[in-house]
Amino acid sequence: MNIHEYQAKDIFRRHGIPVPPGEVASTPEEAEQIASQYGGTVVVKAQVHAGGRGKAGGVKLAKTPAEAKTLASQILGMRIKDLPVQRVLVTPAADIATEAYVGIVVDRASKRAVFMVSPAGGIDIEEVAAKTPDKIMRLAVDPAFGLLPFEAMQLGFFLYDDVKKVRAAARIMEQLYEAFVEVGASLAEINPLVTTPAGDVLALDAKIVIDDNELARRPDLSALRDESAEAPSEVAARRAGLTFVKLDGNVGCVVNGAGLAMATMDLVKYYGGEPANFLDIGGSSNPEKVVNALKIITADPNVKAILFNIFGGITRTDDVANGIVTATKSNPLKVPIIIRLTGTNEEIAVQILEKNGFSAMTDMDTAVQKAVELATGGKAA
Amino acid sequence: MSIFIDNGTKVVVQGITGRDGSFHAKQMLEYGTCVVAGVTPGKGGQRFEERVPIFNTMARAVAESGANTSVIYVPPAFAADAIMEAADAGVALIVCITEGVPVLDMTRVIRYVKEKGARLIGPNCPGLITPGKSKVGIIPGRICTPGPVGVVSRSGTLTYEVVYQLTRAGIGQTTCVGIGGDPINGTNFIDCLAAFEKDPDTKAVAMMGEIGGSDEQDAAAFIKEHMTKPVVGFIAGRTAPPGRRMGHAGAIISGSAGTAAEKIQAFKDAGMGIAERPAEFVELIRERM
Repeated sequence: MNIHEYQAKDIFRRHGIPVPPGEVASTPEEAEQIASQYGGTVVVKAQVHAGGRGKAGGVKLAKTPAEAKTLASQILGMRIKDLPVQRVLVTPAADIATEAYVGIVVDRASKRAVFMVSPAGGIDIEEVAAKTPDKIMRLAVDPAFGLLPFEAMQLGFFLYDDVKKVRAAARIMEQLYEAFVEVGASLAEINPLVTTPAGDVLALDAKIVIDDNELARRPDLSALRDESAEAPSEVAARRAGLTFVKLDGNVGCVVNGAGLAMATMDLVKYYGGEPANFLDIGGSSNPEKVVNALKIITADPNVKAILFNIFGGITRTDDVANGIVTATKSNPLKVPIIIRLTGTNEEIAVQILEKNGFSAMTDMDTAVQKAVELATGGKAA
Repeated sequence: MSIFIDNGTKVVVQGITGRDGSFHAKQMLEYGTCVVAGVTPGKGGQRFEERVPIFNTMARAVAESGANTSVIYVPPAFAADAIMEAADAGVALIVCITEGVPVLDMTRVIRYVKEKGARLIGPNCPGLITPGKSKVGIIPGRICTPGPVGVVSRSGTLTYEVVYQLTRAGIGQTTCVGIGGDPINGTNFIDCLAAFEKDPDTKAVAMMGEIGGSDEQDAAAFIKEHMTKPVVGFIAGRTAPPGRRMGHAGAIISGSAGTAAEKIQAFKDAGMGIAERPAEFVELIRERM
């Protein structure tokens, strides 16, 4: 789960990381008011779950409160990477001497949290890694011991020569690691970590991605979710306990299991169609889930055909059949439906479906071809 | 022969009285798996299905039943502790079915399990089955049949789909292993491929990967260097958009890394057979045996 910069900065502050002051505004008037409260030049920053905010024009300097108001009204109307900007962070402009990068990610290969730091800060770290890998220091943290003080100092010395700054940076590394573990993050980033002409070290920006699996046991973190930044269909799906990703095609897919769901989307494409979504109804076969899945998929006006692909292992195919019957009785379908199911209680499922005017297929390829044909209104490729 | 589990596998079920644990413990017993004990704290002394003794702790369960394998069906918040308890109790193989284990929990678990010398499969996996001998986990027994093909996959139902098609085509399996869909897991493709390479009864391997990470690319490099047996691969997620988690926690393209295209290219470079569709496994495997 992504959280906004201002939320990540609150977490940083809680762990003692030096962060410039700042307040969030959702109207230009609020931005003006915050700017006049700070006096002097402020930065108005779009709060949106997208990288490259600066390049997109979502981060601007304002010399006066009036200018802050004007800029905020521009930024608040923007879409960055197709996401609407609904809030801006207003923060006093800092004097910057140097910019560095500090990040922690969960590294799949080493199976540990790994620090990545670079004196080349303020820019895209993937680009630095590709072009000048010697400008990045990587350090895998042993989860049994956490970040040790000498390791934090090694990271600090990679960024600075002045031992005072090194110690300040090392302290920030330790605090960042504590914050990372405390919120169960999969990524935490300070880009840039700056030094001021006065010699202070502080985190000018903050990014945290929280591991979705952490949320069940952390209601305080779930509360940070900004649902206005997501597609309404995805919010509805999550509330119904479904895993759903909206795509641009016209074949609505309902599948049990993530791997099979991806393989089904791929097969739709293989036969010349375009999937409208990824949807996994999960392992247990609650008819209610099927009802909700159909509701979400039929709400998408692009969908021209619906494809069910169910492999009954733990999932009982008769439960899925009952779900389809219930859902379509209360809410008759306006687009054709193709049902492929095989496995547990297949015979009962087919009986239920046929009694209610549906037909069922057993072969995945045939079913996908048929769905594509119906969605495109012609012959499948 | 087989890999990881066989007739000598003696299973303790952690979370045996829970909804999922009891259902699948019953299925394993019906399949003929040697389930020797169960663990649910507070229910020690009772019996599951009037035959399997239940213990309060893994230490007691293993000491009294002689179990060498554990399978875990506890809720995600308790899964990390359950895995470490199993490793501490001294079982050689731990299979964690639970989905939703926080990834930072897993960084600690991996380190702990390694130190204890146990093998972990999963989490967020369907477990494994050696057809006709033993099943540990949730793979439906009736879709499998004994034979010469090793199967390894990051997925559940996609694996069932392929295994079922192989079985219907008369191609049986030595062992089917689901390694799970999380970004950090105990056993990877290479571990399974190396075991299949050593297993005299395995003549070919079917491997199902998906987007995210570089486990498939590493596996392809291993196949090129170390495998004499033919491997046919499939990658799910060719149509997945970048930056979105596709159901599995590990199925996500980060930046430009972990795409289906780069994995399929790695398979090509390793000279593997590539299934464009799940249904193609049957022909590609048959041709190579």
